[in-house]
Amino acid sequence: MILPKNPIRHTNKNKKQKSKKIQKEKHSQNKEFTVITYIFLGLFLALMAYFVYFQVFKSQTFINNSYNKRIDAFAKKVVRGEILDRNKNVLADTKISSSGTETRAYPYNDLFSQVVGFSTNGKSGLESSMNFNLLSSHAPLLERAKNEFQGNKSIGDNVITTLDVDMQKTAYKALGNNDGAVIVMEPSTGKILAMVSKPDYDPNSIEKEWNQIIKNKDNKSVLINRATQGLYPPGSTFKIFTTLEYIRENKDYGKYQFDCNGSFTQGDTTIHCYNNEKHGKENLEESFAQSCNSSFANIGLTLKISSFSDLCNSLLFNQELPYEFGSSKSSFKLKEKASDSDIMQTAIGQGETVVTPLHMAMITSAIANNGILMKPYLVSEIQNYQGATVKVYQPEESQKLISSDETKIMQKFMKSVVTDGTGEKLDNQSYDAYGKTGSAEYTDTDKSSHAWFVGYAHQAGKTDISVSIVVEGAGSGSSYAVPIAKKILDEYYD
Amino acid sequence: MITIFVELSKYLLIILFALYTYECFAVFRRKNDEWKRNTIYNKQLLFMFLIHADAFLVIFLMEKEWDILAFYGMQVLFLIVLQAGYRILYKRSNRLLLNNMSMLLTIGFIMMSRLDFLKAERQFIIVLISACITFLIPFIIENIKLLRNMTWIYGGVGLAMLLIVAILGATSYGAKISFTIAGITLQPTEFVKILFVFFIAGRFYISTEFKQIVITSAFAAAHVLILAASKDLGGALIFFVVYIVMLYVASQHLYYFVAGILGGCVASVVAYKIFSHVRVRVIAWRTPLSVINKEGYQICQSLFAIGTGGWFGLGLYQGMPKTIPVVEQDFMFSAIAEELGGVFAICLIMVCVSCFFMFINIALQMHDFYYKLVALGLGVVYGFQVFLTLGGVTKFIPSTGVTLPFVSYGGSSMLATFIIFSIIQGLYIRRQDEGEIDDDFTKKSYQTYE
Repeated sequence: MILPKNPIRHTNKNKKQKSKKIQKEKHSQNKEFTVITYIFLGLFLALMAYFVYFQVFKSQTFINNSYNKRIDAFAKKVVRGEILDRNKNVLADTKISSSGTETRAYPYNDLFSQVVGFSTNGKSGLESSMNFNLLSSHAPLLERAKNEFQGNKSIGDNVITTLDVDMQKTAYKALGNNDGAVIVMEPSTGKILAMVSKPDYDPNSIEKEWNQIIKNKDNKSVLINRATQGLYPPGSTFKIFTTLEYIRENKDYGKYQFDCNGSFTQGDTTIHCYNNEKHGKENLEESFAQSCNSSFANIGLTLKISSFSDLCNSLLFNQELPYEFGSSKSSFKLKEKASDSDIMQTAIGQGETVVTPLHMAMITSAIANNGILMKPYLVSEIQNYQGATVKVYQPEESQKLISSDETKIMQKFMKSVVTDGTGEKLDNQSYDAYGKTGSAEYTDTDKSSHAWFVGYAHQAGKTDISVSIVVEGAGSGSSYAVPIAKKILDEYYD
Repeated sequence: MITIFVELSKYLLIILFALYTYECFAVFRRKNDEWKRNTIYNKQLLFMFLIHADAFLVIFLMEKEWDILAFYGMQVLFLIVLQAGYRILYKRSNRLLLNNMSMLLTIGFIMMSRLDFLKAERQFIIVLISACITFLIPFIIENIKLLRNMTWIYGGVGLAMLLIVAILGATSYGAKISFTIAGITLQPTEFVKILFVFFIAGRFYISTEFKQIVITSAFAAAHVLILAASKDLGGALIFFVVYIVMLYVASQHLYYFVAGILGGCVASVVAYKIFSHVRVRVIAWRTPLSVINKEGYQICQSLFAIGTGGWFGLGLYQGMPKTIPVVEQDFMFSAIAEELGGVFAICLIMVCVSCFFMFINIALQMHDFYYKLVALGLGVVYGFQVFLTLGGVTKFIPSTGVTLPFVSYGGSSMLATFIIFSIIQGLYIRRQDEGEIDDDFTKKSYQTYE
């Protein structure tokens, strides 16, 4: 096939055609072509931007998923790195025997069981969520090349956590033999200093005890991190939400008055105050400080349910928490047509509402931090095994949850709980404490309840800390959860 | 020792491909003269052959089979003959498109050989056949005038083929898209796309009066509906987008375009409500990890691959791309991102984008309105298909299961892409017969009616 070098015939004809066509010319399609070009350019730019976004922000979740078989292959080339607390105390490291067998060791045994997790028989906790980093090596390039050449393993990176061994010990001891969870965090940064969940297990021996653990007949599920995954009725700590809603609906909330005679009846439902205590005449702040169930059942009946539901959703109910290490969703289910009984129960934190201790820690921290929620996090830095920084995780603002005005009111109310209410054990300390107690009934049959305390404290010259404590089946919050808070705050501030 | 070479190659491949990609856009600069442009194209070829050589050296070192070297030799020979063939017989062909075609084929060869040597060989034969068949197309486009008189044949044959597939077709991952004759599995949709573009171009070339638009729209809708009924959502979407873009450019009425997009949105919502397989894909897109054992498995595996690969990749043979189902077809991009790296993958996107821009540029410059529409239509077919497949495997949009042109495994897709590129080459050459070619985007081009 030979092409005409100089296609004269075509050219002539084309010229003729062209002159004819130009007369009929409408106008050029430049505009349309520009629109189409820009639309496609936009699509492709968005695609590339998304790709970058995925690599930077989203990829960790996928990389560390237990279904991703790639990471396990890394273990053939890299010795799993260490997990350290904020002061470089070793929480988990890899011991290599003379024969080259690797064992994962956890020097603090049960202390960090759920939060640090384990790395045999699958993975959990930080061992799971930081798996990729622990099995990546940023040792000096030459050293890695040498290892590669000699067929040796390189040493993986270390994960520096925000956890504090001393704080964890205090919280762990304070919880004692009870089941439950404790979270301590810094409201201004979102750093989690301690995260305790009981019952616990020793990750050093989990391999041997595995069959026993998964067959556990007590159904106590030691593997679950109750701090992030446990769903509990919030009890009176929920009055924080009910109060916020009442304030939003009533500008004159200061005029609220209620006369408590120990119980409140509407229809055939009666709500009792704790131990049927009569609180007498009280305003909103006093009702909150005394945790008066009768008064809050009364308040509940005045609220607009749809607005209440919106408030709870805006305060992180029924959604994933902004926390990257896995957590359950708290749920608030009250519907527009709910019965008075359900409304009253819900207003005092009973009914169908359930929360995670982490969620309560976040709400409390936001109140302590002028309404701004800082994203809670556990890992502050990745370093190579020689201590050179690989990646730093900065505090990150999640969102403004509560307006500044409302925050001030809630702070004042939570102060009253300590000065004149159920949290009095925290009064007159070296620090100013704020909080809310709760006693959440969890069975219909008997009166046993989970003891709750959420709160924070301030002392000049120290970073504020907040706590969220739940003690399963212990009794009242003021008797069983507040003392735990006190031990933690004393240890931190004194 | 080999692993060090693999590790270093990883970076070398990224650097070379980044340089190649840079030149793809450098060539669009206004002030380039002929000589400068040719220098750029020659540099691109150099980078391409270096990438090819480096990657195949890695593959050889890992597989240690002499067949690999022979296979590599054949590929080099093919690439040289392809380049030379075009340069000698079609002196005025577009070298950027030719280079990009060669580059994408090379990446396809590399990844296929790494994934599955037997399939790579089969792929190579398909490429050879496709290249031979389509080599005459630029000549036909340049010289045969009858093409524009067969509008109804394009429409009729296209519809008939879609119907046959819908009725007889085998089900592939939930969609009826292929059937088998004499042991060869065909995906007619790939070819109907091209017929469809010619059909629409022919219709609008004759008239863009309202009545004619209604008739044409009805035919286009028939195409789209048959595809939707065959559950080939990706195909239906491509036809739909091609149609509204061509309608908009031909009629020059923005409201057709806006109405089309709105109609498409309504149709999507309806499809979501009616078809469970649409809902399944949307769920797999929004929360893939929650359905990882079922519908989300593919996309999760793809994201594991892309994520673990990171910016610089794990290196050839260092990842696990085979854990992704149908990796050689729909998920080639994920395998590339995993082993050759995110930077390489972004460059790949940009090479595809540069092809698309060249298509549109050529369309813009065509004087002949019929071929202007053809070039535009084919450009959109190509560009939108690239967008669908890359967006799907990265979870940017729900997955629709289309292939990456020139890179993915698959005979019909390969041949169809060859046809599209050679038609565009033919148009480019034809345009130069029409008169002065100008690489300046902003110059006026003419719309004509006969």
